[in-house]
Amino acid sequence: MTSHLMEARGATIRFGGLTAVDNVDMYVDVGEIVALIGPNGAGKTTYFNMLTGIYKPTEGDILFNGASIVGKAPHVIARQGISRTFQNIRLFPALSAIENVMIGRHMRTKTGALGALFKTPPARKEEQQIQADAEKWLAFVGLSGVANELASSLPYGAQRRLEIARALATEPQLICLDEPAAGMNPQETAELNLLVGRIRDAGVTVFLIEHDMKVVMEIAERIYVLDFGKLIAQGTPREVQNNPAVIEAYLGLGADALMAKHLDEGGDDA
Amino acid sequence: MRELIAERLKGVTAKPLFTAGKMTAAQKIGIALLVAAVIVAPILFQGFGQLFMIRIIAVIGLYIILALGLNIVVGYAGLLDFGRIAFYAVGAYVAMWVGIPLAGLLGETLEGWSYFLVLPIGGLVACVVGLLLGLPVMRLRGDYLAIVTLGFGEIVRICLTNNIFGITNGAAGLPGSGDSLAAPAGLAWLRRNVHFTIGNNFEFTFTSNIYWYFVIFALVALSILVIRNLDNSRLGRSWAAVREDEVAAQAMGVNTTVAKLYAFVIGAFFGGIAGVTFSYFQAFVSPESFTFLESVLVLAIVVIGGMGSIPGVIFGALAIQGIPEFIRGFASAGWFGNLSAETVSAISNYRYLVFGALMVFMMAVRPQGLIPQTRRARELLGEYDAIDGHELDAREPGDRANSTRGRA
Ligand SMILES: Nc1ncnc2c1ncn2[C@@H]1O[C@H](COP(=O)(O)OP(=O)(O)O)[C@@H](O)[C@H]1O
Ligand SMILES: [Mg+2]
Repeated sequence: MTSHLMEARGATIRFGGLTAVDNVDMYVDVGEIVALIGPNGAGKTTYFNMLTGIYKPTEGDILFNGASIVGKAPHVIARQGISRTFQNIRLFPALSAIENVMIGRHMRTKTGALGALFKTPPARKEEQQIQADAEKWLAFVGLSGVANELASSLPYGAQRRLEIARALATEPQLICLDEPAAGMNPQETAELNLLVGRIRDAGVTVFLIEHDMKVVMEIAERIYVLDFGKLIAQGTPREVQNNPAVIEAYLGLGADALMAKHLDEGGDDA
Repeated sequence: MRELIAERLKGVTAKPLFTAGKMTAAQKIGIALLVAAVIVAPILFQGFGQLFMIRIIAVIGLYIILALGLNIVVGYAGLLDFGRIAFYAVGAYVAMWVGIPLAGLLGETLEGWSYFLVLPIGGLVACVVGLLLGLPVMRLRGDYLAIVTLGFGEIVRICLTNNIFGITNGAAGLPGSGDSLAAPAGLAWLRRNVHFTIGNNFEFTFTSNIYWYFVIFALVALSILVIRNLDNSRLGRSWAAVREDEVAAQAMGVNTTVAKLYAFVIGAFFGGIAGVTFSYFQAFVSPESFTFLESVLVLAIVVIGGMGSIPGVIFGALAIQGIPEFIRGFASAGWFGNLSAETVSAISNYRYLVFGALMVFMMAVRPQGLIPQTRRARELLGEYDAIDGHELDAREPGDRANSTRGRA
């Protein structure tokens, strides 16, 4: 038995000759903020796709709350408490912002076909509750003002936050954010970091992907580093930052050259 | 491109969600007038002796119900169904198989109620058939469903024609000699008691056609009332999600297979009840009423009227089922001079040619249909552009070599 919220054991996936994720062991504990970093194409998104059931690992096992989730359909895994956002935003573009979040409530509500067709009193009541909950999550990410705007008409940063609200509306135990800061300006990124902290404080464990190391240094408590599908380092931000293998992977330069560059930029926190 | 989309979206105002179901005063008046017209029309036509018009409008009503059901499948859930008429056939034959013995069981005083009992039975049988057909194919991609439903529609028709299990009476249709469906409750009384004349030209007698006309439009009204509720419901939203992005819908815990099955089965119900009513209205069914072309017609009603839109469906049924029938009706009533029977039927058959052209034209010029549903119009006009990738977050394996990393 394991006490971890999520644990991967030897998780591997191959696409033809390419091993996109190679024998990865990692875990996330309840209440943590953990980051998965690595250069473009390292296999981070692929790992999330395995974790959320879009891909089935070729080998290895992934446990959630101690039980294997390998081979389960994405909606089943979502119902067990893993929610996610997508690197390439996948909102429902022709729906309003609040409708997007209301779909996040789908699996936690139960009105069936007859309730919907005949608008029975319980169905009405639940519909109001869905709306109220969706409003709450919109407010949580700071999007109350655009509830009735089309998702596709929102600015990029707002779309990313809307995706987070939609994921939170499913009441996950673990939320997986795939490059939530991508395309954001520094101010938006700073706000996002605060939001991630508030998500954790709301009792949701956060697992996030980032390929820009600097962004995660401030918020992540633990970091895993993937490169060419392999886990090359793990530890606290400080440990990872100084790990030669990580530096090598990120810059493709010798560690000495990195130090030189680091000093050039005037950053010296070693 | 953007301007083009903006241009097309003119007149498609984005209603805020929670007012979408509420009607303006003008809309309410419009609906009241429409309802009044539907009620008064048969009385006028009967009184002035234009009996064929009553039948034509009643059949339009049946097609509205059929298309409302298909609209759930095509418009709401985004599934393509080319075999819709099969559910109509199921309802129609169930009416004969169940209705006739049931009337016998009920005895002379109660047999008039057999229709009202068979109606839900026919609907439910169609649901079961829809479920059995849908279960294996809902996991497949949309195009496969189109092919499977097309095949299913043809199989049903061929089974009926070949007198499968000896219960369909083949091409001759049902009921067989000596049998008949019971007249509905109240018809005899209405026939005896409701007749009046106004002046010299207007003489009204209540007939079986008028009875069924009102039953059909009562069903149309009920269908609209319940289907409208789907729009802003948990189920309706899950269909929108499935339609727009299946992967994201699954990630939100929507069981997409089940959501699609719901649409398919609920849609089948409306096909079934329309079929039962058709059987009673005609007092006769045969396989030739359930050809592939009929399925295409119903699909055309939904697509040309406006996918997902109830007014669109009504308008589509009027235009596509109604106009050719009116022309044929007027022609055979001698309004256009003395035309031969062949000319009359040629006129009505040319409609398929016209529909083909109309469909192509619509897809090019107005893919959202004549009276589109707001949300559907936005999807069809490609507001998607604002959001990137709809592909899985995956790239080609070779991609990695091109990624922006400075590996030496
Ligand atoms: N469905 C797939 N088929 C083939 N190759 C894939 C597929 N999904 C991902 N890959 C490959 O796996 C590697 C890792 O990709 P990805 O997980 O998206 O990287 P990132 O770390 O940038 O998120 C890439 O080389 C990518 O091309
Ligand atoms: Mg990625």
